[in-house]
Amino acid sequence: METRPKHKWGMIVDLDRCTGCEACVVACHAENNIATVGEEEAAKGRAKHWMRVERYYEGEFPDVKVKFVPVFCQQCDAAPCEPVCPTYASYHTEEGLNGQVYNRCIGTRYCANACPYTVRFFNFFNPIWEKPFHLQLNPDVSVREVGVMEKCTFCVQRIKAAEIQAQAEKRDLKDGEFQTACAQACPAKALVFGDLNDPESEVSRLTASNRGTKLLEDLGTLPSVTYLQRDSWHDGKKS
Amino acid sequence: MEKSPNQITDDLLRPLLQTSPRFFMAVALLGALVVAAFGAFFYQAYSGIGVSGLRWPVFWGFYITNFVFWIGISHAGTLISAILRLANATWRRPVTRCAEVITVFALSIGALFPVIHLGRPWLAFWLIPYPSERTIWPNFRSPLVWDFFAINTYLIGSVAFLTLPIIPDWATVRDKADGWRKRIYTILALGWRGTPKQWHRLESAMHIMAIAIIPVAVSVHSIVSWDFAMANVPMWHSTIFAPYFVAGAIFSGIAGLIIAMAFLRKFLHLEDYLRPIHFENLGKLLLMMSLLWFYFVFSERLTTWYGNEPSEMAVFWSTQSGAYAPLFWTMVFCNFLLPFPILAIKKLRTITGTVIASLGVVVGMWLERFLIIVPSLARKYLPYSWGSYSPTWVEITITVGTFAGMALLYLLFSKAVPIISIWEFKLGQHKKAEAAPVVEAKPVVAEQG
Repeated sequence: METRPKHKWGMIVDLDRCTGCEACVVACHAENNIATVGEEEAAKGRAKHWMRVERYYEGEFPDVKVKFVPVFCQQCDAAPCEPVCPTYASYHTEEGLNGQVYNRCIGTRYCANACPYTVRFFNFFNPIWEKPFHLQLNPDVSVREVGVMEKCTFCVQRIKAAEIQAQAEKRDLKDGEFQTACAQACPAKALVFGDLNDPESEVSRLTASNRGTKLLEDLGTLPSVTYLQRDSWHDGKKS
Repeated sequence: MEKSPNQITDDLLRPLLQTSPRFFMAVALLGALVVAAFGAFFYQAYSGIGVSGLRWPVFWGFYITNFVFWIGISHAGTLISAILRLANATWRRPVTRCAEVITVFALSIGALFPVIHLGRPWLAFWLIPYPSERTIWPNFRSPLVWDFFAINTYLIGSVAFLTLPIIPDWATVRDKADGWRKRIYTILALGWRGTPKQWHRLESAMHIMAIAIIPVAVSVHSIVSWDFAMANVPMWHSTIFAPYFVAGAIFSGIAGLIIAMAFLRKFLHLEDYLRPIHFENLGKLLLMMSLLWFYFVFSERLTTWYGNEPSEMAVFWSTQSGAYAPLFWTMVFCNFLLPFPILAIKKLRTITGTVIASLGVVVGMWLERFLIIVPSLARKYLPYSWGSYSPTWVEITITVGTFAGMALLYLLFSKAVPIISIWEFKLGQHKKAEAAPVVEAKPVVAEQG
């Protein structure tokens, strides 16, 4: 019998808590060596934000409500991006993450088209870090070259580091022992990261909340991320 | 006005043995455009794909449009020629080779585009399943890998299909030519002597190839369509795509063939060989495909509209009345409103008429591929990620270069190989002569075609 992987990483986005401050976006850029592309390229739509905060406006001026929706790779269990990659650059890891092997990517960009969340980003040019910013690169994360696809990894470098540490100390991982950069940076605690296989973890508890929905759930992609919001269809209130 | 066999040989070999300055001028012009396209490609490979207009979220643009377009054009040849051969349509004889050549060249050009569009084109060979120390094979679940195999199968098949009936003609050239030409054509003729045994084998091989190539051709464009239909993208994820693409491919292929034939007829003075009847018959085929195309588009649009699924409707309205509407209605004009009356009215189904209709269809079918690819990507599920796309000079140069490349390859081919199959044409005349007067009782020789 196939053994069940020990961990199943998941996340919570509490939309009732999100203030749209974008600290997560900045933290993600810093942690994952995501290069900025400059004003012109960004205006063309080539900015790379593994984590982005989508803004939706409800109502008519002056009675407008803004809704912030942080969107990043949903680490789907049935990920549309994976089967379409001709070289296995995009593949499913044992712990259920949607892995992206930069060295194996030849740049067909098929995965980015297939992804319904459009959370995959392409290196249209070689990334540039103007001095002295090259000194702030995170040594745990590889820098991607021109022509390859990249996306949120759930900070796999942190996951691996924690797992290896726990293994070395011959103990189990504790809930909250480590977090993704975005969750760590979130001042409103709208983002919670953890192990869904651990029924005691905060993320498991919140995933079961009746405020929970998945993004584009009807597409059947089985995301590992759950969005919480009061006005969801679960409690029958009108939104 | 039947021509003698010798006259036919002389007429059809003339382009091979004589060359006018006009030819060199055309080669220089087309060659310059091809060189420019290569330059643009190397510039892009050196700088990064960012020099094209591609962007998030429209990751596929002109290159994939050209890819589908050229693979579509390639269906002119082998498929049409195979069907006409199997249906024993006697009028096909001067047409088949012109058509088969289009297949080989259009396919070669089309197959370049998936490589041109790669982020790291120098690694394209990773699609080949070769044993390596890393023991990684390509992902056979990916439609792009299916493409790789389908296109290569079709390319090998259509090269064989094109080359087989050329062998007797190369032998004819060998016998007529001298000097360096003779040496080359001696090798190419593969020792053809025209013995009954050789004729018999050629005929068997042609028959097998004609049958085998049809499912291959259908599969190729079905698989090209699945590059889109397999992805859960609004208006891509559709069961109609495979037959829709195959029909569209044959449609644009016939149009390409008519245009190529008109050029050949004019510049190689083949007025006696490519006659109005050929254009008229191909025009009828084009008319049928135009109706079929309209039927497919109508079915696709109607079901989408009636289903009223929000994510699909975003794409639907962007093509019907939004940003892409001018292109959409130009496409409908070029693919249906223009060719339909021209091809339906017998008086208009002349050489000029069919060529005008075909030019419309080629433009329209290119637009169709663009409209399948770009609006869907620009209007994916989350409205926040909506975007747009417009090409840069890099994509335009490469696109223009491939059209020039097609013309150039065609031109060079018509200098190396009789563009009308000499032996098949003679055989056709022979059979006609046999069939017409019932004076002679029974064919004696030459039932070897």
